[in-house]
Amino acid sequence: MSTRRVVIAGYGMAGARLAEELRRRDPHGDRVSVTVFGEERRPAYNRVLLSAVVGGSMTPESVQLQDESWAERHLVDLRLGVPVVAVDRVARRVTGAGGSTVDYDVLVLATGSRSWVPPTDGLLGEDRELAPGVVAFRTLDDCERILSWARPGMPVAVLGGGLLGLEAARGLAGRGCLVTVVHPVGHLMERQLDPAGGAVLAKTLGALGIEVRLNVLAARYQPGDGLKLDDGSVVPADLVVVSAGVKPETALAETAGLTVDRGLLVDDCLRTNDPRVHAIGDCARHPGTVSGLVQPAWEQAAVLADLITGTNPAARYRGTPVVTRLKARDVDLAALGEVHTEVDSPGAEVVCLQDPARGRYVKLVVRDDRVAGAIVLGAPDAAATITQLYDRGVPAPSDRMALVLGRSLPAGAAAAHSPADLPAASVVCRCNTVTKGQLVKAWRGGARGVAELATSTRATTGCGSCRDSVCGIAEWLSAAEPA
Amino acid sequence: MTTETHCPYCALQCGMRLDGAAVTPRQFPTNGGGLCQKGWTAGALLTSPGRLTTPLVRTGGELRPASWDAALDLVASRIAGLTAEHGPDAVAVFGGGGLTNEKAYLLGKFARVAIGTAQIDYNGRFCMSSAAAAGLRAFGVDRGMPFPVTDLADADAVLLVGANPAETMPPFMQHLAAARAAGGLIVVDPRRTPTAEQAALHLQPAPGTDLALALGILHAVVAEGHLRKDYLAERTTGFDEAWRIAAAWWPERVERVTGVAAADQRLVAERLANAERAYVLTARGTEQHARGTDTVGAWINVALSLGLPGRTGSGYGCITGQGNGQGGREHGQKADQLPGYRRIDDPAARRHVAAVWGVDPAALPGPGRSAYELLDALGTETGPRGLLVFGSNVVVSAPDSGRVADRLSTLDLLVVADLVLSETAARADVVLPVTQWAEEDGTMTNLEGRILLRRKALPAPDGVRTDLEVLHGLAVRLGQPAERFPTEAEAVFEELRRASAGGPADYSGVSYARLRAGEALHWPVPGDDHPGTPRLFLDRFAHPDGKARFVAVDHSGPAEPPDTEFPLQATTGRVLQHYQSGAQTRLVAELAAVVPEAFVEVHPDTAERAGLTDGDLAAVTSRRGAVRARVRCVPTLRPDLVFLPFHFPDAQRANLITIPALDPTSRMPEFKVCAVRLAKAEVPR
Repeated sequence: MSTRRVVIAGYGMAGARLAEELRRRDPHGDRVSVTVFGEERRPAYNRVLLSAVVGGSMTPESVQLQDESWAERHLVDLRLGVPVVAVDRVARRVTGAGGSTVDYDVLVLATGSRSWVPPTDGLLGEDRELAPGVVAFRTLDDCERILSWARPGMPVAVLGGGLLGLEAARGLAGRGCLVTVVHPVGHLMERQLDPAGGAVLAKTLGALGIEVRLNVLAARYQPGDGLKLDDGSVVPADLVVVSAGVKPETALAETAGLTVDRGLLVDDCLRTNDPRVHAIGDCARHPGTVSGLVQPAWEQAAVLADLITGTNPAARYRGTPVVTRLKARDVDLAALGEVHTEVDSPGAEVVCLQDPARGRYVKLVVRDDRVAGAIVLGAPDAAATITQLYDRGVPAPSDRMALVLGRSLPAGAAAAHSPADLPAASVVCRCNTVTKGQLVKAWRGGARGVAELATSTRATTGCGSCRDSVCGIAEWLSAAEPA
Repeated sequence: MTTETHCPYCALQCGMRLDGAAVTPRQFPTNGGGLCQKGWTAGALLTSPGRLTTPLVRTGGELRPASWDAALDLVASRIAGLTAEHGPDAVAVFGGGGLTNEKAYLLGKFARVAIGTAQIDYNGRFCMSSAAAAGLRAFGVDRGMPFPVTDLADADAVLLVGANPAETMPPFMQHLAAARAAGGLIVVDPRRTPTAEQAALHLQPAPGTDLALALGILHAVVAEGHLRKDYLAERTTGFDEAWRIAAAWWPERVERVTGVAAADQRLVAERLANAERAYVLTARGTEQHARGTDTVGAWINVALSLGLPGRTGSGYGCITGQGNGQGGREHGQKADQLPGYRRIDDPAARRHVAAVWGVDPAALPGPGRSAYELLDALGTETGPRGLLVFGSNVVVSAPDSGRVADRLSTLDLLVVADLVLSETAARADVVLPVTQWAEEDGTMTNLEGRILLRRKALPAPDGVRTDLEVLHGLAVRLGQPAERFPTEAEAVFEELRRASAGGPADYSGVSYARLRAGEALHWPVPGDDHPGTPRLFLDRFAHPDGKARFVAVDHSGPAEPPDTEFPLQATTGRVLQHYQSGAQTRLVAELAAVVPEAFVEVHPDTAERAGLTDGDLAAVTSRRGAVRARVRCVPTLRPDLVFLPFHFPDAQRANLITIPALDPTSRMPEFKVCAVRLAKAEVPR
């Protein structure tokens, strides 16, 4: 049986994952041969951790997804620094930069996305590349450029108050840079947050030394000076980090005549309009998810590997619930589902708790007893629980307030202040199932001290953690019923 | 007259005194003079009317009293008949982690020499086998705790993963007092157990996601700069491969899978890293998974990344469960092992042991089926047709117990040696009444690898024999020389010493005389003048290169995820008042009064949705069967989880629903998570 020739265009988080998933199902290459083209000259790395690299807690090496010999050991023909430049869908052949060609039975486009640079004067040089002092925040190369520029005390402007921009801002602030985030909309992360949540987030960032300028456009970048904003003010900046959004990288697909509409359109088999061409990750557009996040890309890679290797021909990708989690030290933010629903919206139960002074904001939207959306800032336990309820689609606990607080309130009565208030049936020593009633009975039978109570009832003789309670009961009894 | 002895139940082996059948605690390092209710009431079983005192043989469909000679003659002739007709593997042997070292040793020898069968395994497979496999893989040797349990008392941070000692071995909690006081007790458990209630930090992962949690914490160790790079370079190998996987499990991603807040994952890394003395301890919650070995391995990776193992005052350990769970896995009742923790497929090990036994190495069978596979094969075309069970109650304790009961019913011969008429014994063709702990001598190896002498304190009731006598009686009837199967425990131990000499678990320097003199001997004890080894790994790990190994492990989740038909997850475990299948503790009136029947813990919302309230009788149903249990509403439980203890018989057996998905290495079944639905139990007509 001949092997199917799989060509993957793109060696980012999606492409690398697909190669791994293929080899997990076909470790010896009996079913598929795998060729991977990657534009960057380094092994695939974990983009999610780039803010940690900027922040200094991770090294570029530690965020690598695969080591240098991975491809060789796994019989993958990996071509680093060679982007695919042309696809001939009739001949079923791709051409790499430099002219090499590879024939395919299955082509997977995993070309990712590209930073979008806003049309601010001065950001681009005459060569249409980013001007000196301006860097994007998308690749490990970008990170290394940022790190080679950034110094403690240096003023830095971050263009864009979305998820990635804020992660970069936090990393740079952690390095001691004086960071200003410039955001054209009225509140931060407007796709994921409502205005009130965005305001608390801005306050939290402010406490970490990050200044936020909202509702204002950068008009012009002046090297050595900074960003001139359209309200006339100037943000001093020796470095400008552009993180104003990304665009799916679909140029290759468009040239090849594939259907593109804000991403390569794919069905539940991750197929484009050419059944031999698939797309996954940021360059793809599936109705069940949004691009720019790794979880959908990895789930797509698993489904596609099932299909390509024939491991599970019934595998389908139905979408990924989107949960946005800001990865910024000392900021704990999760946002998911519908976030803009107002507290008084009909048809939804909305619970909202605001504590801006302490950097906390929790909004929970429940429909049909299921979590339909949430913003959780500064409440880690609630974020974890609400996310699980959302992902699993299970009914939310009826105590919505406990959910918003992140933990159940203690059940039943409050702890008794005095042994007198303790019910006789309550178990004092769990190891030996000794109740208060039994202790009282033993006392009245002559066991007038902790040691005597222990001998008589065995209380305290297991793990010993009830010793204080038994002492308390003995003291109470000796006061109430002196010998 | 009082006798100093140890408790018959768990691996803590608390020191106690026995005066007649009356128990009082005594000072011993593991229990510090404490006892739980099981220990205090352990004497009750010595005089219990539930005690068997005569052999029983099934005639006309019913178990009827028989003489020992008649019973043993019958068993021996049936064994001989089955093996003559179908070969030696037609008869299997099933042991237990509560058996003394001497019994475990002689049982393995009996199977391989007197029957000649490869088909022997034991219930420890259902207990800590995943930790054993992971410990071997990481450190080159498996001793549950490679340090005395009292070392824990000096720790300022202890991470308990899937362990509930406040219920399962209460006096153990004393050793955690300092960590608790320092705010360093961290508990990982899907339930808010009595142990979790004492913790400064309780992480409540979704069941079956423990491995992902360990990866998240390892990630945090690295990302927050806590990695002990010097230690890694000096004492370990394999970190890079392990990190490649953990690098893809950043805490926020782990949070989504586990439900444990990313901030808490970082906090665990920080607490452990900043502690002067820290321990990572795992137990059944970590181990009883179809990926249990990898899961334990992931926690060992966390411990290694922080430089804990092999350092005085820090480390990794497994909290062994059964009384002799440690010794029971060392001396040859495990399918792939020979005494001294030797591998049965190692030619040198076979030669050594065969020489001690006076047999031809080539005559020793090879590795046999693991516990569940053995039970699953009973009565099938290629499986055993006869089974001898010692110290185990498999119809209650094995997973998918409906299937196990079905397999047992197809056997030509089922023989059970037990002190009570357990649910398994009740199905037997022949039941042999045997002595219990206080009525015989024997050694136990506790959770810290210390060998303890449990002395005979009382005469056995008339009509009862020791397991050693039973094995002797059968072996002789099967044509073995009488001296090959001694009936005196000390004589068996003397032989065990020689058989274990030179093996990883070397007992050759341990003697009854040294134990009677009160010496604290932790194995290996390779010579009469060797002081024992309380702490392993201080200089080197047991792999040939002396280094510990990180193992690259990844998360994949439970074998049976919930779906629309079975939307909830069930997990099983223990209560304080009962031990294992409950065959013994259910007969102790004081214990049975506290927890008389099976219950199911349910979140109040989940109960309400199923139309149930506290005290109702519920049916918990999986693809394999349904269990009946009394509802207990527990607001701290996850709404998508129910919990059942497994100590109860018949329709209350939690194992009717558990899934026999096995770990690829340890062959441990996935007791800790399966998909179920919950409904009101139909009232039986």
